[in-house]
Amino acid sequence: MLLSGADILVNTLIEQGCEVVFGYPGGQILNVYDSLYLYQDKIRHVLTAHEQGAAHAADGYARATGKVGVVIATSGPGATNLVTGIANAYLDSIPMVAITGNVMTSQIGSDSFQEIDITGITLPITKHNYFVGAVEELADTVREAFRLAKSGRPGPVLIDVPKDIQIAKCEYTPAAPVPADEKFAAKEIRIQEAATCINAAERPFVYFGGGLIAAEAQEEMLRLADKIDAAIGCSMMGLSGIPTDHPRFLGMQGMHGHYASSMAMHHADCIIALGGRFNDRVTGNRAKFAKKAKIVHIDIDGSELSKTVPAAIGLRADIKLTLQKLLPLIEEKKQEAWQHTIRTFREEEKRFSDQREGMTPKNAISILNRHLGENTAVATDVGQHQMWAAQNLVFRKPRRFISSGGLGTMGFGLGAAIGSAIATGEKSVLITGDGSFGMCLNELATAVSSDTPVVILILNNGVLGMVRQWQTLFFDKHYSNTVLADRKTDFVALAKAFGADGVRVQTPEELEEALTKAFDQSHVFVIDCIIDKDEFVLPMLPPGGSMDDMIVKVGD
Amino acid sequence: MERYTIAVLVSNKFGVLNRVTSMFRRRQFNISALTVSETESADTSRITVTFDGEELKKQQLINQLYKLPDVCSIRELTTENSVSSELLLIKMQNDPATRDDIRTAADAFGAKTMDYSRDSIVYLLTAESRKIDDFIHLMLDYKILEICRTGIVSLEKGADTIRQVTNL
Ligand SMILES: Cc1ncc(C[n+]2csc(CCOP(=O)(O)OP(=O)(O)O)c2C)c(N)n1
Ligand SMILES: [Mg+2]
Repeated sequence: MLLSGADILVNTLIEQGCEVVFGYPGGQILNVYDSLYLYQDKIRHVLTAHEQGAAHAADGYARATGKVGVVIATSGPGATNLVTGIANAYLDSIPMVAITGNVMTSQIGSDSFQEIDITGITLPITKHNYFVGAVEELADTVREAFRLAKSGRPGPVLIDVPKDIQIAKCEYTPAAPVPADEKFAAKEIRIQEAATCINAAERPFVYFGGGLIAAEAQEEMLRLADKIDAAIGCSMMGLSGIPTDHPRFLGMQGMHGHYASSMAMHHADCIIALGGRFNDRVTGNRAKFAKKAKIVHIDIDGSELSKTVPAAIGLRADIKLTLQKLLPLIEEKKQEAWQHTIRTFREEEKRFSDQREGMTPKNAISILNRHLGENTAVATDVGQHQMWAAQNLVFRKPRRFISSGGLGTMGFGLGAAIGSAIATGEKSVLITGDGSFGMCLNELATAVSSDTPVVILILNNGVLGMVRQWQTLFFDKHYSNTVLADRKTDFVALAKAFGADGVRVQTPEELEEALTKAFDQSHVFVIDCIIDKDEFVLPMLPPGGSMDDMIVKVGD
Repeated sequence: MERYTIAVLVSNKFGVLNRVTSMFRRRQFNISALTVSETESADTSRITVTFDGEELKKQQLINQLYKLPDVCSIRELTTENSVSSELLLIKMQNDPATRDDIRTAADAFGAKTMDYSRDSIVYLLTAESRKIDDFIHLMLDYKILEICRTGIVSLEKGADTIRQVTNL
């Protein structure tokens, strides 16, 4: 078939299994939008309010499905508006293909209108990027981009397509979806070494991150934990990887992790790390991190091994395949003493857990939990509300916690919630803060126009709570530019102005009622939930601190 | 701080040098010498980089470089496992009072006269970097007008080649 570059691009997306793209049109991508019009019965385009929202939606879609999320933008400002979204996907290893238009090849390098060097700009935040110089290369470039985005450690790939390439014609031959690169297990001898190390453990702890979900190795991980009687914890990116109520699961660990989980990791003599990267939010002060433990680290990205903390055994390999080979070499053991210690940690955790009644953040999340179906995706923004969500949400299925980990992007939430609702075909939930919501609320328009049912719970404390918390603890309560009370934004009226609906709540009973209403109807629904400005996220490992510095209570 | 030299075999496309050097910048390595050239095959070019840094960070850098799709393979080159050479062009002031001393030194190092004018002499020296350093050090006693050196090119000793390690 002789087709234009634009038609080839859209056909290749369809051929690669892409069913929905998020984006925003403009002059240098117009030809592609014309093709999207032509092929609209085969591929859905969701128009967002801002390119950043489109990138986050593609990201949320990818997180919820494991498929490659696709976002399209025009040249210049369209392309630069994608940058935060691409960086966000990069730091959380989310498979994404971003397509940008650019000016005619003949005009490249002449600072023409809306010309920007987007491949240069995105070099450090993409796995790879392409400038397409000939229409003959276009289809294969798209295929290669999909392969790269989903192979190994997933991540974003950008394709910059000049306008003349979109117009030029060439022969197009459809192809099958490119498979991801073949997965491989670690070498037998290294697996044996890992087994020896694990078999010697008396206080084993399994720590997993987003890589476990990407590798779909939950089952193997749980079998390993059962066999060696290990405790399990995860990084924020690992959340929803296994059911929250799994008896071995102590929750997220790290800076705002569960006390028992962080303590267990600290006291373990063997940490089996699966698809996590020992980020500073996980380890705190590295010099004091888990000193008693030997670390067996399995990750598909070899550069993560011994990057921040030295691994006794580091295996660059697929987690699932490697665990399958490892399991038969593992001796079945009961660790009574260790389990006793874990129980003590759990009891201590209970002692200073927040038992207050009323409209506390914890109670808000607990009430929300009762309304969530097992398939409901819950997205968050960034701040205290995100940590309260991470600590208290109950998950039953993987890929249902959609949250910005590595970049910590305020404004990620609403786009991501829309993308994940479209991915699951079900209502999704956004837990946001008044500050973060201010960064992405324009996407209310998208949720309404695309008929995407999102329930938005704003934990409205009238402040940039997370920053305020640091100001309280480390800056003598100098609340510099973190008070939002003067804004006077009426979020309910705002929701209505966007054609959505909403209600303000101040008590648990009102919240319960509002959620019932929100889940009963198919509208976009905003719940403006008022909470106190001086709530803390606890426990907290101060930055650079170790377990001995953990703050579990503030005030008394 | 140690000094390292690595050879990176990359696909011969525009922008690849930028991708490789950008990795050094992101990890805050200062590149002290860099050479790029085509190789025995038209599809690949070879980048030789000399830089200072710490062992652990260097290993990180190499691991990260391996993740670039355009990087085919990487070899670390040490004085033990490789032969290396560098080329120096040095322009000296041609002063009757120092002319003979400069020439004696140049002869001793085997530097070749490339240009001779009333006011200046240009020498070419091809040698190991250390020897080039020594020669420059000697020339500091006189008036150096300009210096240009290529940076190291280096090959492993024996029959092993960079192609034998491929980017998995
Ligand atoms: C884009 C962006 N800008 C700034 C920050 C720094 N930051 C982290 S949390 C936070 C406050 C968030 O406030 P809000 O959304 O109201 O959440 P809260 O902490 O009050 O729950 C800020 C400003 C960020 N993470 N992202
Ligand atoms: Mg707030």
